[in-house]
Parts: sequence; C-alpha cells; structure tokens
Amino acid sequence: MIDLRGKPKTREQEYNFSGRRKFLVLFMMTCMLVLMGRAVHLQVLNKQFLKAQGDMRQIDDVSVSAYRGMIKDRNGSPLAVSTPVESIAVNPKELKAEDKNQLRQMEKEFRRKHNIEKLTDRDKEQVMADFRQEKALKIRKMEKLLNLPAKKIANLLNEEPLRPFAYVARRVNPGLGDQIKELKLAGVYIEREFKRFYPTGGVSAHIVGFTNAEDVGQEGMESGYEKLLKGISGSKRVLRDGQRQIIDDIENIKAPVSGNDLELSIDQRIQYLAYRELQLAVSANKAKSGVLVVLDAKNGEILAAVNQPSFNPNTRSSLKESWYRNRALTDVFEPGSTVKPFVVAAALEGGYVSRNATFATRGVYQIGRNTVKDVHNYGTLDLTHVIKKSSNIGVSMMALKMPPKYFWDVYHRLGFGTSAGSGFPGEANGSMLNYKNWHDIDRAVLSFGYGLNCSALQLARAYTALADDGVLHSVSLLKREEDDDAVRIFSTKTAKSVRKMMETVLMKDGTAYEARVDGYTAAGKTGTVKKADARGYAENSYFSVFAGMAPANDPRLIMVVMIDEPSAGQYYGGLVSAPVFSRVMAGALRILEVPPDQEETMPVLLTQTSQ
Amino acid sequence: MNIETRREQFQPPSMLGNILRKLHIDIPLFIGLLLTSLLSIAILYSTGSQETAILIRQAARIGLAFLLMIVLAHIDPYQFKRYSALLFGLGIILLVAVLIMGQIGKGAQRWLELGFFRFQPSEMIKITTPMMIAWYLADQPLPPKAKQLLTAAILILVPTFLIAKQPDLGTALLVASSGAGVLFFAGLSWRFILGIIAALASVTPVIWHFMRGYQRDRVLTLLDPESDPLGRGYHIIQSKIAIGSGGIYGKGWLGSTQSELDFLPESSTDFIFAVFAEEFGLFGSLGLLGLYLLIIGRCLYIATQAQDTYSRLLASSLAFTFFVYVFVNIGMVIGILPVVGIPLPLISYGGTSIVTLLAGFGILMSIHTHRKFLPI
Repeated sequence: MIDLRGKPKTREQEYNFSGRRKFLVLFMMTCMLVLMGRAVHLQVLNKQFLKAQGDMRQIDDVSVSAYRGMIKDRNGSPLAVSTPVESIAVNPKELKAEDKNQLRQMEKEFRRKHNIEKLTDRDKEQVMADFRQEKALKIRKMEKLLNLPAKKIANLLNEEPLRPFAYVARRVNPGLGDQIKELKLAGVYIEREFKRFYPTGGVSAHIVGFTNAEDVGQEGMESGYEKLLKGISGSKRVLRDGQRQIIDDIENIKAPVSGNDLELSIDQRIQYLAYRELQLAVSANKAKSGVLVVLDAKNGEILAAVNQPSFNPNTRSSLKESWYRNRALTDVFEPGSTVKPFVVAAALEGGYVSRNATFATRGVYQIGRNTVKDVHNYGTLDLTHVIKKSSNIGVSMMALKMPPKYFWDVYHRLGFGTSAGSGFPGEANGSMLNYKNWHDIDRAVLSFGYGLNCSALQLARAYTALADDGVLHSVSLLKREEDDDAVRIFSTKTAKSVRKMMETVLMKDGTAYEARVDGYTAAGKTGTVKKADARGYAENSYFSVFAGMAPANDPRLIMVVMIDEPSAGQYYGGLVSAPVFSRVMAGALRILEVPPDQEETMPVLLTQTSQ
Repeated sequence: MNIETRREQFQPPSMLGNILRKLHIDIPLFIGLLLTSLLSIAILYSTGSQETAILIRQAARIGLAFLLMIVLAHIDPYQFKRYSALLFGLGIILLVAVLIMGQIGKGAQRWLELGFFRFQPSEMIKITTPMMIAWYLADQPLPPKAKQLLTAAILILVPTFLIAKQPDLGTALLVASSGAGVLFFAGLSWRFILGIIAALASVTPVIWHFMRGYQRDRVLTLLDPESDPLGRGYHIIQSKIAIGSGGIYGKGWLGSTQSELDFLPESSTDFIFAVFAEEFGLFGSLGLLGLYLLIIGRCLYIATQAQDTYSRLLASSLAFTFFVYVFVNIGMVIGILPVVGIPLPLISYGGTSIVTLLAGFGILMSIHTHRKFLPI
C-alpha cells in the first residue's frame, strides 16, 4: 500500500464506514417502499371508498319545499295562500369558528392598507380583533334586522355544548333574508320556505284552520285535507364547501310537486256577514260563545259557518286553544224547541194526527210521575199554534201518539245521533237514547228537544228536510253541484204545511217576530234551552237558538244561530238569536240575488230603486 | 492500494466538468432541486387560489435560497469546519434569546425580531448541529467511545431541548435526527444503537407522561382517526380522502376539489402532499417520491466521494436529515405517522425551511466541488 496522504488519510480510509451508508440506502428504500405501498393502498385499493367519502362531504341532497295548495271559497276568493318566505337558521359551531376565507381576505386588505408584505403577530392579533369585532357587529345587526332580543344569537354561541342547529327566525320576508345574506356570516343559513297567509283572518279561521311551522295542517280543512294540499317536496343536489355553505346547485333530482287547490262550499261574502253579525250579538248579549251555520237548502252545501270567539290565524301565538274549536261543527247542545216542527211533521206524515187536530193544553201535563209545563196556559191549540206558541205540552201529546220506534226512526233519519258527514276533523255525532229504553216521559221530552244533542250543523241539516219539500240533504264543505245522498223523509205536502206553520212563528204574535226578514217570507223556530250542568238543568243559563229558512215558499237558505249563555238580560231565542237570523238572512239572500217575495216589508229605499 | 487504482478513483474531470467545478455547482443535484422548486410553484398556484402575491413571494424565496446555496458552494468545506463550533455556539445563544425575549407566534416562541426581518434560530441550528457534531467527531478516534458519545449526546440534546421548549416538536425532531445521523455515520456501534432504542422504548411511558395534551391527541388520532372525525381526526381523514380521490392518474393540475373547496386544512403548507396526490394521482406521488430519492441518493454519493471525515459525516447527515424530512411529512399526510409540524421539503409554502434546506445543499455542493485531485 502506498501511503499518499500520510497517516491521517489512512485513518480516513478506516473510518469511512461505507457500510453505514449502504445500510441507510437500504433503510431509506424500505421506508420509501412503505410510503409507496401506502399510496397504492389509498389511491388504488381504497380509491372508491375514499372518493365516495369525499363526495359525501361535498355533495349533498337537500329537500325543496313544495308549494302548498290554495284554499278558496266557492267564488274563488283566497282563504289560505302560500307565499314564499325565508327562514334563518344558525349553526352556532360554525358561526363561532373563525371563517378562514374572510380572515384571509381581511389579512390581505390589512397588508394592502398598510403596504406591508408580511404580518407580524401583533398585526395578526389586530386583524383577528377587528374580525371578531366586525362579526359581533354583524350578529348584532342580524338581531336587529330580525327583531330579536339583543344577545339572542350571541348567547347561542356561549352555550355549552353548542347546538348543531337553531332556527332564529322563521318565515320572514324574502327581502329580509337577502339582507341577512349580505352580511356573509358563515354558519348562517337561509332556507326558502312557504308561509301560509290567511287573507280573511278570523272570519273563516275555524273552517280553514291553520298550519304549523313545518307547513303541516293542524286544524280545520288544512288538517283534514293535508294530503291533498301539501304536495310532494322535491330534492336537489348541491355542492358544499368546507364551511358547509351551499355554493352551487348541481342538478334537480326531483322537482317538487305543488299541492292541489281546495275549493270550499263557503261563500266568503255570507261568511263575513255572518261573522260580523254574530260577533255583535255575542258581545251585545255578553254571551260565552256563539255559532252560526248557513246551508244551501237545495243541496246541503255549507255556505257559512262562523264561531265566536274567533282568532286570527296569521298571528295566533298567545291564544287559548279553545278558541280554535269550530264549535258549529264540533260542539253539541240540546236543540230544545227547534225540533218541534219535526215532531209535527212526523205525526202528520205517519198519520197519527190530522192536519186540523187540536190539543187541549192546560199549562201543566202529567205523564206518569213527571210533569210537562208550558210558559203560559195556552188552552186548546191547533197544530199551527202548537208551533207558533212553542207548546211543550202540544208536542208531547203528539209524541205520545206515535209509536216509539217510528218516532225514533224519524229523528234518526233526520241525522240526530249520527255525524252530519261534512268530513271536517273532529265533527260531532251528537247522541240520542235508543227507543228500546224509552219511557213515555222520554218520548215527551225528546219532542221538545231535550234528551238528545246535536251540533248546529246537524240541526241545520235536519232542517233541509223541511226546506227542500221533505228531502234531507247531506252536507258538504266542498263546493259541489248536486247532492247525490239526498233522501226523502217527508212528503212535499207535509213539508209545505209544516213550513206554513213555522211562518207564523215570525209573525207579530209569534215567538220570533225579531227574526222576520225584510223583503222575504221566512219560516223558523226558536229554542231557549236550559243548559245542563252537573246537578241537572241550571236555572239561569240558556242556549238561545233560532233555526229558520227563507224564502218560506221555496227556501234557498237555512240558518241556525246558537248563542251560548246570553247574560245581558235577554235569553229567549226569539230575542237573542232571531235578530241575527233576520239580518244575516236578509243580507245573504240579497248577495245571492234571490228575488224578494214580500213587497210590503221591503225597505223603502230598495223599493224605490227597483222601480 | 496502489497508485493505479488511486488514479482510477480520482479520474480527472472532463472540460465541462471542469467548468462546472469552477462554478462549484453539482449538476444532478441542481437539476433535482430546480425541478422540485418548480413543482412547488405549480402546486402552490393550485392551492393558493391562484393568488399571485403568494407565488411571487415563494418564487422570491426560492431565488434567494438558490443564491445562498451557490454562495455557500463556493466556500471551501475547510472554512465550514473551522467555524462549526462558533456557528453552533451562536445558534444556541440565539435559541436562548428566543426563549427569553422571543415574540409570540402561533402560540409558540420561534421568531427573533431583528428590526427589518425575522429570524428563526431553530432553522439555523438544523445545519449547525450536524456541523458541530461532525467537527467534534472528525478529530476523535472513531468509532466513538463512551466519552465522545456522551459529549456528542449533550451537544445534540441541548439545542433539541431548547427547540422542543418553544415548542416546535417537528424541528426538534429534525435537529435530533441530524445529530444522531452524524453519530450513526461515525460508526456508532450497533450495540449502542440497539441499547438506545431499547432505552427509548422503556421510557416511552415517561415521555407520554410529559407530552402536551395536543401532542398526545395527535398520537391517539393516528391510531384511530375515526374516533373524532370532525375534531382531531379531521386533518388525517380529509388528507386521506384527498389522496385517495386522486386515484391512479389524478384529477389533473388545478383539479383538486378537496383543497379547492377548503375541506383540506393547511393545504399549502404541511398537507400540500395531499393536494399533489389528488391532482397527479398515484403516478405523481410515486414520481415525487422518486425525485426525492434521486436527490437523497446524490447526496449520499457526494458523502462517499468526500475526502475527509468532517465532510463525509456532514454530507451523510444532511442527506439523512433530508430523508427524515420527506418521510415524516409524507408519512404524516398519508396517515402512517402522527401529525408533526414538518413541511414537505422544497414544496410547502413557507420561507425559512426552504432557505435552510438549500443552504444545506450548498454545503454539499461545496464538499463535492472542492475535492482535491492528484496531479497526473
């Protein structure tokens, strides 16, 4: 060996340790192979899974609300319409976190403003402080825009644990939604929704009902016809970014299908008139509540059904639940004297009394151990006067002449004790004892309207049998042309003659002179019903009822007015409910352009203009 | 060894080689580094939402770093050896200074404000530590005995500890491995190495005990990223998704959706490999790994060709450190190592690491181009 570099060089040779480098090369190769293997694992073997995971994080299917069908009255006026609105939701977790894009933007601006290339930590703190302050201001502005109490949103961010989602405002004006959008706050979401608006407010509130915050019908027709109205919500595929904001619509997967419109039988003009008059009567008589139903006498359509108290379905947050009840269809009462015409008609129809039969009433009538009384001793009464004076004894005598099964059968066929079938959710059936358990007194009591109960709608429906010459109609809340379920109960002759008797009720010496209708003949029957309470019949609380029809010769409309516990002094049906009948009937007939049939009682002004 | 084999070993360079030698540039290394730097600009263009300011800044940094590399390549390795201890000492003093009066940055004390620019002493120490150990061991009988080993261990642990205290676990790891690399190439006996590994394994529970909460979380997250997919596991899961969705051929340049839509955090710094893999697929990933291997291989070749112990030890250690850089970063992004704040060398956005790296390559070039040849 030739020593070229002297001793140290030789040591260099010895201490080269080239084996170590070879080892390192091997080691490195192994490590790199591990990395490559992992890359193959991720990019080839696991690719599908990871790709799907990635798409899952970016691509999302969101639902698109469907337009809810409109509810209209029979003439097409809107009773419930959906208008596009926006709901504002907050994801507190995202709102709290610093939005990196915005922060980056602000840092960029800061650099430009101060003309520096790099931010020091102090600058960064400054930017962060500005950012937080700006965000706080934006949140405050959002609270103000949405009319929320101060700190409402800010407090959501201090909750522990943070909620993943919270609505801060539902159904706001789309313009307001745009203003919120402009604030560009991450974690604030704006959802397009539809708000239900009820143009007629409280007037049709009970019939139409309302929807809840999720646009699902809760009461009335909104609830009963939910399936028809709601439509089918669609869905669309969207692209989200790392902040979960929707940045693009990719495709519509399913277009939303709008709900169907619902056309009610209600005539909004009559409904409004009825609502106004009932409201006045209930408040004038200091009554607990009141209902009014108007039926088309020819086909059983419900033209109006109003209730007091009512509510505004557009702003119904702080109301009592009982106010939502559509009492006209769901609450029952004992119909009292208003059923007396049916007793007369049944007795005539069955031939149990003749047209000119008389009844010797003495003011008191003993049936077994029970006593039936009239208000006064009316002496001997013919059929007309039994109705006109509303004699309990007279109808009791008639009832006792009829076999129980026959009597029950007529009542039953008139619809007492069975649902009127309007299809309204929660509609009442009413009740009536079976004839097998009747004693004589039961028959007597039933003849003047106690011992059974019904809703105002059921009572009005029973009256169609008298109004349409003996044909009983089914009722409908939906507009229709023909009544396919009409059944004849009485002969035309019977119906006509009972109507004639009922006309006398509205005469000067009848029980309901107040019910007369200017310009039209009308027929009806009062009812002043003692309210039952836990101990029996209460002394001083009454249902004041009036049921009638007009024009009397060929009735077009049937109306039942019931006022619950009038307590301003008057309580007779003929004084409390009859005036409401008079005014609403007069107005409704004119609205429907029914020709007047009684010139002498026509208002002077109207007579002059028509000449 | 006879004179003939010596002659063979030191073939006089060709004309071109001679010129390049005068320029003190090692062409293979230079080309490798240039390619990687260009890749860096291309990927940053894709991740940085095409923000030109970022690109210009990165390009300026790369240019500056290349300049520094060439300057260092012109300095004789002897000079490096001479000033090793001085530079190391200076580095340590600066590290202490950072700890004492350093600025708070990203929750860690790393910067030293020097009026018009910032200085990160831990970056400097990445190079001066292997220089120091190589300088110390070069004049000691090798392989090192217990005494040298102890001294070297203290020299490594002091800066490591100071940096870990900042806390900057990633850099501390790199400094420690650069020092350990020198010891390894100096022929540290396998018995020692195995002993140290055994000792480390036995003190793992102790280390675990002293680890910070977030550091523990990182290890736990590695073991089961799905345990907290939106929190601590988010980085790893998102980066795996990005890499996996690249598939074999990738989505093409500018085609990464995961980072584009901000799903991938730190996409332009520590996790840039995920973007690269998403855009260029398996072929791109393997290609980049190959490019890194070429650079490391050339560095090791330079080490074998080095003519004195100091140069050889330093060159080997710098090559090793570069390898650790690559392996730890990609290993972390790819989900086989815990998340440690180490950027992808030469590619990640960020100024200081690229400058330090190219300074190291400058020293390597200096070692290679200042070799003495026998006159024929």
